Amino acid sequence: MEFLTNPLSLLILLSAASGLALLAVPPEKDGALKGLALAATLLIFFVSLKLYSGFDPAQTAMQFQLDKAWLPSFGINYLLGIDGISLLMIMLTTLLMPIAVLASFNYIKESRRGYYACLMFLEASMIGVFAALDLFAFYLFWEGMLIPMYFLIGIWGGPRRIYAALKFFIYTMAGSVLMLVAILWVVSAHHAATGAWTFSLPALYGGALTEQAQFWLFAAFALAFAVKVPLFPFHTWLPDAHVEAPTAGSVLLAGVLLKMGIYGYMRLAVPLFPVAALEFAPWLAGLGVFGIIYGSLVAWTQKDMKKMVAYSSVAHLGTVMLGIMAFEQSAVSGAVLQMVNHGLSTGALFLLVGVLYERRHTRMIEDYGGLAKVMPAFSAVFLVVTLSSIGMPGLNGFIGEVLVLFGSFRVYPWLAGAAVSGVILSAVYMLGMYQQVIFGPLRHTENKVLPDLSVREWLYLAPLLIFIVLIGVWPNPFLRRAMPAVNSYISLSRQQTAPAPAVVKIALGGEKTQ
Amino acid sequence: MEGNYYPLLKWILLAPLAGFAVNGLFGKKFLGEKAGGIIGALAIFIAFIFAALSFSDLLNLPAENRLLRDTLYSWISTGTFSVDAAFRFDPLSAVMALIITGVSFLIHVYSIGYMHGDAGYNRYFAYLNLFVFFMLTLVLADNPLVMFVGWEGVGLCSYLLIGFWYEDPEKATAGKKAFITNRVGDAGFLLGLMLLSALLAFNGVFSMDFATLEAKAPLLTSITVLGIGAPTLICLLLFFGATGKSAQFPLYVWLPDAMAGPTPVSALIHAATMVTAGVYMLARLHFLYELAPRALEVVMLTGCFTAFFAAVIALLQKDIKKVLAYSTVSQLGYMFMAAGAGAFSASVFHLATHAFFKALLFLGAGSVIHGMSGEQDMFKMGGLRKEMPYTFLLIGAGWLAIAGVPGLSGFYSKDLILEKVFEHGGHFVWGAGVLTAAMTAFYTTRLFVLTFLREKRGHGHAHESPLLMTLPMAALGVLALAGGFLLKDRLLAFLEPAAAHGVEANPEAARLMFISVAAGLSGIAAAFLLTLPKTAAALKRAVPQLHDLVYHKFYVDEIYGFLIIKPLRFISDKVLFQLVDAGLIDGVIVNGSASASYSAGKALAKAQNGRLDIYALVFAIGVALMLYWVI
Repeated sequence: MEFLTNPLSLLILLSAASGLALLAVPPEKDGALKGLALAATLLIFFVSLKLYSGFDPAQTAMQFQLDKAWLPSFGINYLLGIDGISLLMIMLTTLLMPIAVLASFNYIKESRRGYYACLMFLEASMIGVFAALDLFAFYLFWEGMLIPMYFLIGIWGGPRRIYAALKFFIYTMAGSVLMLVAILWVVSAHHAATGAWTFSLPALYGGALTEQAQFWLFAAFALAFAVKVPLFPFHTWLPDAHVEAPTAGSVLLAGVLLKMGIYGYMRLAVPLFPVAALEFAPWLAGLGVFGIIYGSLVAWTQKDMKKMVAYSSVAHLGTVMLGIMAFEQSAVSGAVLQMVNHGLSTGALFLLVGVLYERRHTRMIEDYGGLAKVMPAFSAVFLVVTLSSIGMPGLNGFIGEVLVLFGSFRVYPWLAGAAVSGVILSAVYMLGMYQQVIFGPLRHTENKVLPDLSVREWLYLAPLLIFIVLIGVWPNPFLRRAMPAVNSYISLSRQQTAPAPAVVKIALGGEKTQ
Repeated sequence: MEGNYYPLLKWILLAPLAGFAVNGLFGKKFLGEKAGGIIGALAIFIAFIFAALSFSDLLNLPAENRLLRDTLYSWISTGTFSVDAAFRFDPLSAVMALIITGVSFLIHVYSIGYMHGDAGYNRYFAYLNLFVFFMLTLVLADNPLVMFVGWEGVGLCSYLLIGFWYEDPEKATAGKKAFITNRVGDAGFLLGLMLLSALLAFNGVFSMDFATLEAKAPLLTSITVLGIGAPTLICLLLFFGATGKSAQFPLYVWLPDAMAGPTPVSALIHAATMVTAGVYMLARLHFLYELAPRALEVVMLTGCFTAFFAAVIALLQKDIKKVLAYSTVSQLGYMFMAAGAGAFSASVFHLATHAFFKALLFLGAGSVIHGMSGEQDMFKMGGLRKEMPYTFLLIGAGWLAIAGVPGLSGFYSKDLILEKVFEHGGHFVWGAGVLTAAMTAFYTTRLFVLTFLREKRGHGHAHESPLLMTLPMAALGVLALAGGFLLKDRLLAFLEPAAAHGVEANPEAARLMFISVAAGLSGIAAAFLLTLPKTAAALKRAVPQLHDLVYHKFYVDEIYGFLIIKPLRFISDKVLFQLVDAGLIDGVIVNGSASASYSAGKALAKAQNGRLDIYALVFAIGVALMLYWVI
């Protein structure tokens, strides 16, 4: 019965079971399908609230642990458990799911049954990835995520959906295969050293791998996760996938799936191979910063709103990358918060683009203009989300950005300094788009009759707006829960090495004593 | 923690925030015009009352202990970075808060009349209240990060209000330009704070409130970064932020365009309050700047150059608001000259008098534009003194005040600045300041003459504005005339109780004053002469190229466009997107390898018999081989 009493396991099983239940509903019963999907995602969200309230922010160890033997001869267990980072990621997932379902009610018109079932299977595997502490289980959930997403893009996507879905799939698979090899290597190396088979992450942390082995293994993991983040130059699947995916697919892709890459670095690559991680860190941070500038500049040139938001994600995730590779408390906790922030604001951006698309069936910026006149509420919401995305103080994006910038400046002054240009560039492309869509005269006659936000649209946008403001004004509850996990991430990365700040002083030219 | 706990402080901020929420949420549908305007103005009036109460409580404290604090909660806290949502009320904040709430209230009342009948009436008051909230956050903040919230927030409101009539793409673009230019400055500001915070963190200081900064700032003096002293670099970066917000060279270009907003907005945001944020920031961080004499020198020279340069451009503008906009840039330059000379109190004094007379001039210009049904070209005005007698008199007061006529507010503050600059900056900077004073007198006189005097050039009948507009102007008129005389000693003593005593009067002060007054009067005289159509045309014919160059504002916008925006656009689109992203990565590598494997796959098609178990086997063998190879 522990499968049902453990809240993590319960969340995964509930999601998967509702997916199966949806498949049992007769396909012509539209209302039942929508109702069931919404009820299931809401139920899962409320169950996850128990997770939040039961979580002890002061505790360093993994919480809500479940350890069941699965394939004992290989040391494979159904081992679940979360720390503050995975808690926030799971909460983000369960919050975005009902929103994604609500946003699909009118958008998805064909084979709804399969669609909602795919969403539920996706939720099961996303929660699984964030909860798994066993490498084998992690890998299964990781790959399991690919399949529903592949279908979401490939079946319910736009005109070039097959190309986009395949590109997404192959890109990710190429990374995952390397990861699989690396996982098997780590486990067998552990076996060779201790004589015991185990896939348990906590047991594998701090294993004595040679520096050279660490180098190659880290490289394999880093590549797999870099595709997911996505880091330049592994990002070109993202714009295509976003453009073709249905609104809900884009929301989950940007909101949750992109976080998997960062999460992978934090949970696997860095703590498993700390020596190599420190060697790679400046390069990865550099790629992140390059991504900020590159993503912003390319976003500026886009004519398709979804593509623009996709490139802006490259920039945002670049900031997160810089943060986690600085191994500094503020920077890492800022990066964790920024993952949540990006999920909220970019999720909201895709929803807003979806609102327009449902009305006009175009995502081209030039097809709009002057919407403030006919859709004032939409314009106001769009403004708040835009500001959140460009890091306006008082909203969520600012907190994460400032923590990453201030924290990482102490470690990589030049990189963090260059990252500040993102502050300018984000305003350039986001306000540029906002102006062209919202301000100016109503050039197109079709736009003169567009209805403002409906009740359903308000329902799914409001929760995001609430969190956008709440985190901006009062981020501490979130930061506090992440803090022990951030500290253990940093201390795991520092095994066998000198503390990073020593390097900083030289880099900054300061000659103060310790 | 030093300072007296004072819970009243938050209400100064919360009143305008509540006003914003009420007008923003219930606005047009439930409140309508009348209630919306009253609520907007009332919110600011309440803030003013709270500011005045706090001020009187502050005055009751002994001079060396004048500090009230209100810490709401811990805003951001990680192990190595902690910031409180905290506010302070000391003499500097008090002066700023009183100016902001006082002038804002007058402008809100004026706006009730000015914006009458506008479709976005409630939206306007919501934005204006939000602006006041952020501006007060900026000046009451107890640490640089909360200050930055206000700093960016006022920029946002400025963006929204410049582009208030969003249907006109030009206006919307002006708003965007203001926001982005400001963000360029903000990036510098942020970098300065990052450097400051990092260096303090290495010394074990993790909190950033102003009192701690002041106490720990001397730790920085022994550190060099990039071959420059740390305080100097930090101060220069922060000052770069100030050049954005306070429209100094090289980032002043947004302010003239910002005149696209409603005129009361220009008066409040782009003359009296927001643009002075940079000056306030320098005064707030004076202890840091005093450690960085070289940075102060840069501040003074930048201010001096901007004051001069903008005054030259203002000489030939035709649009009444553009003249005032360049005049604002120029006057802000004076404030930075003062700050650069280490005379922070003098810069705040000029900030105050400028808030009075420039807000008055803008409101007067608004009244003229309102009366002329939207006309802004001064060459289509003239002779308005009969049709708009009150506006005529009030603009006259503002004109004489800014021109530096002895006894009026501009005279006192400008004179004090020139005196300080003479002491610290030398003759050259002082000379440029005096020349600027002459030009200031010239262009304001020209504005006055072209608008109100001589014969009428426009068509149609202009009408005087309603009392709701002229009364607030009258209040500002009184301040512009008498404010300098009344505030002079009191303000300086209040701001710097320690320095007020024992300062020796400069023996040359009288002579300096005589020269600057003479410069001002000759500027006035020259303007009367040169605005005569004949002389103006003759002058234009004599130096046509120079005239063109000045009239086109030295083509600075065009130069920025050509040197920065165009190349960046080219790199983004042609190089990064089309060449690297779509061409190289996607075209050659991704799709290239895909088509390569497709052709390879065709060759191997025989192996593809669709049997899943064989695929699985091949996959397993592959993985095993890779494992074998790497281990």
